[in-house]
Amino acid sequence: MEEKKIKQVNALESGTVIDHIPSEVLFKVINILGLEKIETNMTFGMNLESKRLGKKGIIKISARFPDDKDLNKIALVAPDAKINIIRDYKVVEKKSVQVPEKVVGIAKCMNPKCVTNVETNVVTKFNVLKNNGHIDLKCHFCEKITDQQNIEIN
Amino acid sequence: MKNKSLISISDYSRDDYMEIIELADHFEKNPVQKIMEGKVVATLFFEPSTRTRLSFESAVNKLGGKVIGFTDAASSSVKKGESLKDTILTVAQYADLIVMRHPVEGSARYASEVSTVPVINAGDGANQHPTQCLLDLYSIYKTQGTLENLNIFLVGDLKYGRTVHSLLQAMSNYNPTFNFVSPKQLQMPNEYKLQLDELGINYYEHEEMKENIKHADIIYVTRIQKERFSDPMDYEKLKNSYILKNKMLKDTKENLRILHPLPRVNEIHVDVDDNEKAYYFPQALNGVFTRQAIMTKILGLK
Ligand SMILES: [Zn+2]
Repeated sequence: MEEKKIKQVNALESGTVIDHIPSEVLFKVINILGLEKIETNMTFGMNLESKRLGKKGIIKISARFPDDKDLNKIALVAPDAKINIIRDYKVVEKKSVQVPEKVVGIAKCMNPKCVTNVETNVVTKFNVLKNNGHIDLKCHFCEKITDQQNIEIN
Repeated sequence: MKNKSLISISDYSRDDYMEIIELADHFEKNPVQKIMEGKVVATLFFEPSTRTRLSFESAVNKLGGKVIGFTDAASSSVKKGESLKDTILTVAQYADLIVMRHPVEGSARYASEVSTVPVINAGDGANQHPTQCLLDLYSIYKTQGTLENLNIFLVGDLKYGRTVHSLLQAMSNYNPTFNFVSPKQLQMPNEYKLQLDELGINYYEHEEMKENIKHADIIYVTRIQKERFSDPMDYEKLKNSYILKNKMLKDTKENLRILHPLPRVNEIHVDVDDNEKAYYFPQALNGVFTRQAIMTKILGLK
């Protein structure tokens, strides 16, 4: 009984593990993927030791396999995240996230005079510009650039 | 271009620029025609800009079309809190084309995406004003006979001036040399200089307008606004260094023309007005022909 409980928390029979998330954006990742509404088992940890990130976060989602299009959205805040697909307790696929070319409805334009911040119900839309390892977002509407350190998730 | 909104100068290609220039030339020769008869153009000016509005309305009237609209947000339903989307959707029922000026950046793009008729952006805050840019291109073409290989001086507020940014983007298609003359605080932003670097276009930056202008084909002057300076003393110290005076034009090229988007304050001295190189008033008239060309293209009449 006790053993089974431990297993439930630590190992995943089948599902998706998102690893190498910087701790400070863990909840943003949960938010972007809409995991707060998930109905299956989900566990997460934050402030775990990591050689690369210092403190990292990890999310384990049971019996769900978000598609690449959704997973790639988290590249905005966690470009180094690693995805492991688990089936029957085994990692069957490892992948990293790819920065998408367009970002719709996730991020906020940093220009206070932008129509997306003035009118209600305007869905934000950005073209992603890759700029020496940085991600900049160019607003489809006001054409101003929101740079990586100013990216805010709605 | 038919049925397509014009929001940003980058919505048009190099070929489109030339089509507009050729058609503007046609309207300059025949400004009064009845080809817009039965067409209704809505001019929605959410902030006043009399000059731009009159230019559009004159263009429509000369072609026999009708204009409806409002001249500032205070006299419209916007004041009662109507959303931009609802205003546009309603007006689109009454008009074949919407010309819109709005203080909010990106509002014109948004309007074009909710509207069922094409939208022309007549200025959205500090963002874009593409019809100004096209009339500038027409003015340059008309006075130089070409857009290729010109030496263009952009003078004044190069940091916030949307007209100079659009002109820089459009003229970058034609192998220009740019000279930027501005106070340090108002220099051309880096993102535009990087674009020029990528395209391999030469540009030079100056803090003063001196004998360097003797190589210029075009001098495009813009206003320096006091409110752009955090320290008003900086403005007082600088304000007179960027005034173009007639005596400075002595050794300049024969084909040089001086442009300005107007209204002018004092950045071009009135003693330049009588010089044949002054072109800012004809430039404003070119706005009517250029807008006739843009509207008839979008309505599919030409
Ligand atoms: Zn924006």
